[in-house]
Amino acid sequence: MDFGFGIAPSSAVNLDRVDLEKFERLHAAEPDVYKCMSCGSCSATCIAGRFSGMSVRKVLHCLQRGKENEAISMVKGCMLCGKCSMVCPRGINTRHVILSICRIYGEDTK
Amino acid sequence: MRERFLTGYNNFVLPFLIGMVFILAWCAIGLIKIILQLPKEDRRRFFISLINPRTAWKNIKDIFCKCLLHVDIWKRNKLLGYMHSSIAFGWFMLILIGHIEVFLYVPHRAKLLYFPIFFRYFVAETDSTLGGNFLFFLMDFFLLVILSGIFLAIIKRLRSRFFGMRRTTNLSLLDYIGLYSLWCIFPLRLLAEGFTADISGGSFLTKSLNHVFTAFLGNHTNMLPTWWAYSIALGIFFVVLPFTRYMHIPTEILLIPLRNAGIRITNARKGLAKAQVYSCPSCGLCIDACPMGVMKTHIKDTTVYLNRQIRRNNERRIEEISDKCLLCGKCSAICPVGVEGDKLRIAQRSIRKYNISHDYSSVNTDALIAESSFSSPSGSKVLYFAGCMTALTPKIRKSMEEIFSCAGVEYELMDKDGGICCGRPMMMAGRVREAEEMIAKNTEIIKASGAGTLVLSCPICYKIFKEKYSLDMEVLHHTEYICRLLDEKRLKVEHSTARYVYHDPCELGRGCGIYDEPRSVISSAGELVEAEKHHRESICCGGSIGSLTLGFDKREAMVRNAIANLTACSPDVIVTACPLCKSTFDRYSDKPVEDIAEIIANNLETTY
Repeated sequence: MDFGFGIAPSSAVNLDRVDLEKFERLHAAEPDVYKCMSCGSCSATCIAGRFSGMSVRKVLHCLQRGKENEAISMVKGCMLCGKCSMVCPRGINTRHVILSICRIYGEDTK
Repeated sequence: MRERFLTGYNNFVLPFLIGMVFILAWCAIGLIKIILQLPKEDRRRFFISLINPRTAWKNIKDIFCKCLLHVDIWKRNKLLGYMHSSIAFGWFMLILIGHIEVFLYVPHRAKLLYFPIFFRYFVAETDSTLGGNFLFFLMDFFLLVILSGIFLAIIKRLRSRFFGMRRTTNLSLLDYIGLYSLWCIFPLRLLAEGFTADISGGSFLTKSLNHVFTAFLGNHTNMLPTWWAYSIALGIFFVVLPFTRYMHIPTEILLIPLRNAGIRITNARKGLAKAQVYSCPSCGLCIDACPMGVMKTHIKDTTVYLNRQIRRNNERRIEEISDKCLLCGKCSAICPVGVEGDKLRIAQRSIRKYNISHDYSSVNTDALIAESSFSSPSGSKVLYFAGCMTALTPKIRKSMEEIFSCAGVEYELMDKDGGICCGRPMMMAGRVREAEEMIAKNTEIIKASGAGTLVLSCPICYKIFKEKYSLDMEVLHHTEYICRLLDEKRLKVEHSTARYVYHDPCELGRGCGIYDEPRSVISSAGELVEAEKHHRESICCGGSIGSLTLGFDKREAMVRNAIANLTACSPDVIVTACPLCKSTFDRYSDKPVEDIAEIIANNLETTY
């Protein structure tokens, strides 16, 4: 029976089951990833966000919570224009973070 | 003239001969390798350019002016120019006249490689003739010219500031061996010819030397060791040459025809890239030019060191150097041999492997086409693409809209609510395929719009639109467009008393060669003053998206240095034509920073 609504799938993240090995590698390459305070300036300026929902803030969140596929599909939409790194109040070089994500992730995740 | 020895040979020629054969073989193999490494199409184009009389003549002219006379270095600094051309041209003349002497007096020895070099040892002047005297005079004269050049070179090693260079390159060990052997060659030649001056004859230099130091130079037991030393110095120089910076001497002769044939870098390490890397003379002019040079930690990341690391295959350093660069292109603009530091770096970036590749196939262009299309397309309509960077400086877009409506231009915004990136930042990161995907998407939108002219505000976009897009319409930067509107009297601007200094954005000036239009626009709105370094030598604002690894928090020193260069002439306003330069300067500048569009919009005659 279709009620026109349903129960949302659980968004709970079991951190015990999350393999953060790749995130540690990312952290080693980009020590600044922990500096992000999720202010959302990057998402506000992102031109790719309009087309693919790209948001650096969300990408970093997803990666730390083991939602790699979600993060990768967002990163795929990035156009590397670099505006996010200009507006970042924490001075994170987001553009290089994205390039590092492209290098480290995606080896075996589909 | 008569030969002193029937055999025409002495063992001392061996070091020279070994070195010469070695370097000739090395260069021949290298030449064949580089030509084979070129893509097929480029190779064909290269051979055609060699037989095309126009490019062939240009090749000869360029080789003569650049490799021998060093015209470009003369333009930079007279003393530096003299130092280079005296050694290069002088040496060339010594070799040339040596050959002429052999052909004139001992033609049967012409096939011997060493004969012109050691002519005075093997051939003695029996009776002095006018022609012989003249040739001997020329030989001594050019030897003196070279010696003066060597003297200057020694001073330059100690005090490079006299030659207009603040910093020079740190040489490697082999470079030092090459350098010292080069310095030794000519004083030893003078000494060796001084010994034989009373036997074989000489001119004002060698003969007088022989007269003055008769006690030493008249003693012929010292003669052979000196000729040995001269030959050994030559031999060492030739043998180490492929492993030192002096490899630029033969390589540049190849690089010039390659460049004149219009070949571009397609492979990061092979073909043209290799020719450029080996053409680098490690002169270090790029060190002073580099905007990152204001911070000592970045000195080793300049183009000269990139070339050195590529020669050494030091992958870690190659990556570090090529990723840090701002790609402002100043090193390429001032390089006397034409090494394209920026393109070389982009090529290095393009061989990086990424596991995730960007994909824009899901980007739906329908909404963008609907936003930017004219209801009735016509050639006179203008499509305005503000660009990503302009979104951070919305005043530029507002000013442009004001200008458009004031001039009565029918226009449409292409990225009112954010558009697709032009692709240049992606291209700069070396990811060509992804950039091309964006180019295809944008082309689709622009072609569907039905406009006749595309106006851009961002020089970063402008460069890639000019180079990589194939649109059958006019593509203009807003400085060009405003300049045209002013020329056509469609805009009227009040001339104010403000002093404006113009900052040449890298991508607009060095990248696209637009220097005059912005200046003419500014002159119509106020008084234009020039910065300390301008046009081709303008200093990057420091905000460039060319750098991958340099965070914005690490660029303050560069920005302040660029601002100091602009404010040296105490202007009222810093004017630029790039949204990125504007927002970068805005962070640290005490003076107001405005875009050309803004000052024009502010000074528009309201009655019009």
